[in-house]
Amino acid sequence: MSREIWEKKLKNCKERDFKFKTVSGISVKPLYTPDDCEFFDYERDLGYPGEFPFTRGVYTNMYRGRLWTMRQFSGFATPKDTNRRYKYLLKHGQTGLSVAFDFPTLYGRDSDDPFSRGEVGKCGVAVDTLRDMEIIFDGIPLDRISTSMTINPPAAILLAMYIAVGEKQGVPAHILTGTIQNDMLKEYQAQKTWIYPPEPSMRIITDILEYCSENVPKWNTISISGYHIREAGSTALQELAFTLANGFTYVEYGIKRGLEVDKFAPRLSFFFNSHLDFFEEIAKYRAARRIWARMMRDKYNAQNPRSFLMRFHTQTAGCTLTAQQPENNIVRTAFQALAAVLGGTQSLHTNSMDETYALPTEKAVKIALRTQQLIAYETGVPNTIDPLGGSYYIETLTNELEKGAYEYFKKIEKFGGVLPAIEKGFFQQEISRSAYKYQRALEKKERFQVGINIFEEDKPADIEILKIPPEVERNQIKKLKEVKSERNNRKVKETLRLLLKAARDGDNLMPRILDCVRVYATIGEICNTLKEEFGEYQEPIIF
Amino acid sequence: MDKKIRVLVAKPGLDGHDRGAKVVAAALRDAGMEVIYTGLHQSPESIVEAAIQEDVDVIGLSILSGAHMTIFPKVLSLLKKKNAQKIIVIGGGIIPADDMKKLKKKGVKKLFGPGAPTTEIITWLKENVKPGKKKRAQTRKKNNKGL
Repeated sequence: MSREIWEKKLKNCKERDFKFKTVSGISVKPLYTPDDCEFFDYERDLGYPGEFPFTRGVYTNMYRGRLWTMRQFSGFATPKDTNRRYKYLLKHGQTGLSVAFDFPTLYGRDSDDPFSRGEVGKCGVAVDTLRDMEIIFDGIPLDRISTSMTINPPAAILLAMYIAVGEKQGVPAHILTGTIQNDMLKEYQAQKTWIYPPEPSMRIITDILEYCSENVPKWNTISISGYHIREAGSTALQELAFTLANGFTYVEYGIKRGLEVDKFAPRLSFFFNSHLDFFEEIAKYRAARRIWARMMRDKYNAQNPRSFLMRFHTQTAGCTLTAQQPENNIVRTAFQALAAVLGGTQSLHTNSMDETYALPTEKAVKIALRTQQLIAYETGVPNTIDPLGGSYYIETLTNELEKGAYEYFKKIEKFGGVLPAIEKGFFQQEISRSAYKYQRALEKKERFQVGINIFEEDKPADIEILKIPPEVERNQIKKLKEVKSERNNRKVKETLRLLLKAARDGDNLMPRILDCVRVYATIGEICNTLKEEFGEYQEPIIF
Repeated sequence: MDKKIRVLVAKPGLDGHDRGAKVVAAALRDAGMEVIYTGLHQSPESIVEAAIQEDVDVIGLSILSGAHMTIFPKVLSLLKKKNAQKIIVIGGGIIPADDMKKLKKKGVKKLFGPGAPTTEIITWLKENVKPGKKKRAQTRKKNNKGL
């Protein structure tokens, strides 16, 4: 049968009353064929896994060699509670740690700061001093486990604390493996956790790049994150484009500092969201790898193939979880996790079904981890590399997302780059508009979410919820007081003075911060010292 | 002339999750209300002060950080202290059902959970809020660039 005949028949078929579009607004045709991939050149556009342009994956044998790292983001209440949860997760087969800090820690504030009231230990674990990090990693050998820390403005401080814990365990810094998020650009754009204005933030990040390339060479220095951009409401295309643009900005700052691109670029890693539109998500990861490789080679003149590799972590989309019929979230998360694996992720976090209510219970988090294990061990999906490669639809979507990303790069360039575009509120506005559009599409039933605008039930959810008791805050403050009374306050003052001097003189801050944390200076003391020099950021208000 | 409902949409504490607050702010604005959005990281004191100064009918607090049991009661008690209990306090975010009950007892008029359509919020406001006499006829927008 020829194409014309099929197309004629198709015209006579009745279609459901639905706009067939991806979340990013790309129109989806009823069928994709070789005609859609006319300009598709296998060697040039796909190549082989582990080979340029890495569309099919960053490693030669992908999951046949090693499965992705199952890394559940977790942390709550006191360091002791968190230590217990980590040991539980490791016992149940988790292969890496990922630390969630509470809000005060994320903002570089001590637990006894007036702004911390009510927030201590709520969204993650509270860390005031090195003592807390010693407890979190008690009995966890840092030479055998890799740790990811979601921390941004105070990233240098938490990395320094981790190095200091290593020292106490007898593990030297050059052996440590892990990641700090340390991606301030997406904070100004989407996640909104900041302390200092953008320029000093970029200076601290570049200090970390420089310090780690010499001293902590196996550490991933920035996890360039689209996750939060997406959670704040962006489309898949915006997530892709903004994340990559941010990545290139860090590369440019490194080069400006005089660092050799091949020395720091291999330690840059990425972090993406996995949302509802299954195929678009898979195409997003593939397009991301290809764009990064090409730009790193052709624009930034990297020579080391490791600089071309976009290695990334994925988390399923928290914003798609529903409070209604929460058990459905298990299934929703499973689809999203599958998309991440089909997209070739290096590590994965699966959300728990109860997270629209609170941090997850042990039971919920175990089901989430088991979801990954099901994909890994039961489905056969990891048996071959990039199994969807060559699908006419996937390849077309990959090409379209790639094209769309380059269009955004041009727009950003017109602002003079990412930082000026942040100042003008460009990203913030793009993201809020998409968020509003998405909500309206749900309310107009142009898009569906089960339990939200279709198949709704009135019955309230009946699931167990994790509670953080109020004494957590009191106990943490008490512990902070103890540390302060036991430490050598003269030494603390002196190291803070030297830190301020380094900030003023333009010296690399990392060695000074290490000195501060070793004598148990608090995160608040260190950040307040730097605020004296760098000032505080004020956001432009846009909605 | 029709009086418009004036709403202060506020993000208290350290919580940076402003997607919901901004979507709600935009939806209320498009529904014809006067909306003032505070921006992030507001203390209960600054929220109450802004609400009084802006002469709003409603404060809508968005909290996704788990600090709701501290912040809602603080805002309510400050309103009482300033003799401004006529300002209705509502909210939304990640708030477990038990806590919702407790907060309602303490005087929070309405709480919307995740997935609540903006139309539900708009309808509730129109049914439950009578726009008061405004001190100023002119809308004064503070820190508010809009779209």
